Amino acid sequence: MTFTIEDLNNLHLDVLREIGNIGSGNAASALAKMINKRIDMDVPIVQILAFEDVAAILGGEEMVVAGIYFEVEGDITGNIMFLLDIASSKILTSILMGREDGSEELDEMDRSALQEVGNILSGSYISSLSALTGLKIKLSVPSLCIDMAGAILSVPAIQFSQTSDKIVLIETLLKEGSNQVKGNFFLIPDSKSFDKLLQSLGVYS
Amino acid sequence: MQKVIKVGMADLQVVEEPHILTTLGLGSCVGIALYDKQKKIAGLAHIMLPSSTQIKNNSNLAKFADTAIDLLIKEMVKRGASTARLKAKITGGAQMFSFGNNGGDLMKIGYRNVIATKEILELYKIDILAEDTGGNHGRTIEFYSETGDLLVKTIGFGLKTI
Repeated sequence: MTFTIEDLNNLHLDVLREIGNIGSGNAASALAKMINKRIDMDVPIVQILAFEDVAAILGGEEMVVAGIYFEVEGDITGNIMFLLDIASSKILTSILMGREDGSEELDEMDRSALQEVGNILSGSYISSLSALTGLKIKLSVPSLCIDMAGAILSVPAIQFSQTSDKIVLIETLLKEGSNQVKGNFFLIPDSKSFDKLLQSLGVYS
Repeated sequence: MQKVIKVGMADLQVVEEPHILTTLGLGSCVGIALYDKQKKIAGLAHIMLPSSTQIKNNSNLAKFADTAIDLLIKEMVKRGASTARLKAKITGGAQMFSFGNNGGDLMKIGYRNVIATKEILELYKIDILAEDTGGNHGRTIEFYSETGDLLVKTIGFGLKTI
């Protein structure tokens, strides 16, 4: 049988939530190590949404956001995307580079830092997933785009739309002191890999 | 009173003068605006994929260039438009992310959406009066049924009317 996102039940969601949890935990400790500061994390929220509702969560289709996109290769194929609002992006790069330039704009330095931190965070999710499933999963180099949320989301939405009209979103809140960084992580396996992924997690029904 | 009607992803709408159609944050999707100047009837489709024939999950007709254009024309004709008078303006089809040369099919989806849209419009013999497609940035569009003007807004690339 072919599995679609609509068929996901509570058990599957729990598994995805757990992956989100472990992945975010690893991501937080990787980040903490990098900046040598304590990073706290809230339990990630895992949601399945219709793609037209995803932009609303981010503040609307025209809200400017940063998306970091990767191709996934290995035993499963597809893409992952890490998405941050501009305020969170700025906080993250400021923490990372230990500077406060007071500007809302992201310069070249911010962009390259963002790409790198996206790389580390996404890598953490993927290695958790890999460890839990025993599947070999490799990430491509990151590609960064800063633009309207709707336009950036069209990329995973199109990909999802070939199997379903829903999207799986893992929302993570990272905290460093009074700084809060909200990251949205989209896991987008292609349909064959989606089956394989659930099978490896032992939740295939 | 003039209303602004929102067209979502994989959605299409038709309005008559004086109303406005809008779609927010078009990325790799394509916005297909059709206009009957004589009757001042405007239709806008926001498609995601080139073709309904290559996919199993194809019940949403507004999602695909082929079925969306067909449905949009039918809806406009129902309101009194004539297929022979329809003219098109198209936008979107950007490549938001790039991965060097080995982009793969997904990365070219914007381009494929534009090509498919043009081919299908040609089948219906609908001329494309203007287009603002491709690039690597998002677009918000407003389509005015009074004039047939299509306003394209971007982040960092300004505003233009086509």
